[in-house]
Amino acid sequence: MPKRIRRRYLAIKLEAEEAFDKKKLTNAIWESVTKLFGEYGASKTGLSAIEYRKEEKMLILRCFHSSLNMVRAAIAFITKIEETPVAMHIINVSGTLKALRKNLKNEN
Amino acid sequence: MKKFADLNLCIQTENLEQFEKTIEKASWLGYKAIGVPLPPKISKGKIMQLKEIAKKYNVDFASRVNLTPISASELLRNLRKLRRKFEIVAVKCNSKAVSRQAAKDRRVDLVYFPNEVKKRFFDEAEAELASHALAALEIEIMQIPTLPKVQRIRLLSRLRNEIEIAKKYNVPVVLSSGTSNPTLMRKPREIAALAILFDMPIEMALKAVSETPFSILKRNREKLSPNFVAPGLKIVRRGKDCPNA
Repeated sequence: MPKRIRRRYLAIKLEAEEAFDKKKLTNAIWESVTKLFGEYGASKTGLSAIEYRKEEKMLILRCFHSSLNMVRAAIAFITKIEETPVAMHIINVSGTLKALRKNLKNEN
Repeated sequence: MKKFADLNLCIQTENLEQFEKTIEKASWLGYKAIGVPLPPKISKGKIMQLKEIAKKYNVDFASRVNLTPISASELLRNLRKLRRKFEIVAVKCNSKAVSRQAAKDRRVDLVYFPNEVKKRFFDEAEAELASHALAALEIEIMQIPTLPKVQRIRLLSRLRNEIEIAKKYNVPVVLSSGTSNPTLMRKPREIAALAILFDMPIEMALKAVSETPFSILKRNREKLSPNFVAPGLKIVRRGKDCPNA
């Protein structure tokens, strides 16, 4: 029987003067992952954007549990998007989307 | 829960408003202690003022001095002058003679190197000297994303080698941001995650942003306290309540 895939959900806070759209942000993350780990490495991350709250500048991402540190490194590596200085901070990590949303709600 | 420290946050201390903002950000990012490189001629009063500001945000402020001597004798002169004034003494090694002297001197806490691969002298001989003294290898991690591509690749390769050597000789490693730009400040777990780029195991990377910097701070504060006499010897009680020998 194939092993169940363990995933992690990440809440990412964008620190920038401008609120980029979801596509630009996810592209920046993909670019960073492929720049650091190549296409082979990127294929192991199972990265996908779940939700973007533009007014809060918050992005929720999903990745494989096994590649969490690769994704963390790639996100920390992003210093600019289209020549605008940015920083992305992972503010919460959880095993389920429900728990992540609950944690974010409690933090607010 | 782990406590994290960034021992190399280059903040301008002249502008106290900016300093306070950066400390607030460091606190939000999850740091419990930060080290800020200060000018050697800074007064003790100013250091106390900075400590008070950091205390407001529950951040332990550590005074640090970065020495960039051009010769081993200059390093010794600076150490004699400054060791008792600062909690952390870091030496930027621009030459082999300086790096060897820094590695074997027990007054040096951190040795760090320029980003150019040819100027990084952390080899097996250096590691052996450092393992017998107290110096830890510092890696300024947030300089990596800002480097040009080829230089970054070369540096990562070199760092991979240095980490192997540090592991072999049990030299402690400290990961710090080393940035003066607040947008380049990252959370400690992200700093640790960046260390996987040079094959540093994640447990070792987490230790390099938590236990190792705190142990350096603790050791130096003990040494700077008036009760310290010599390594392994300290005054535990003074005055009339001491039993007669």
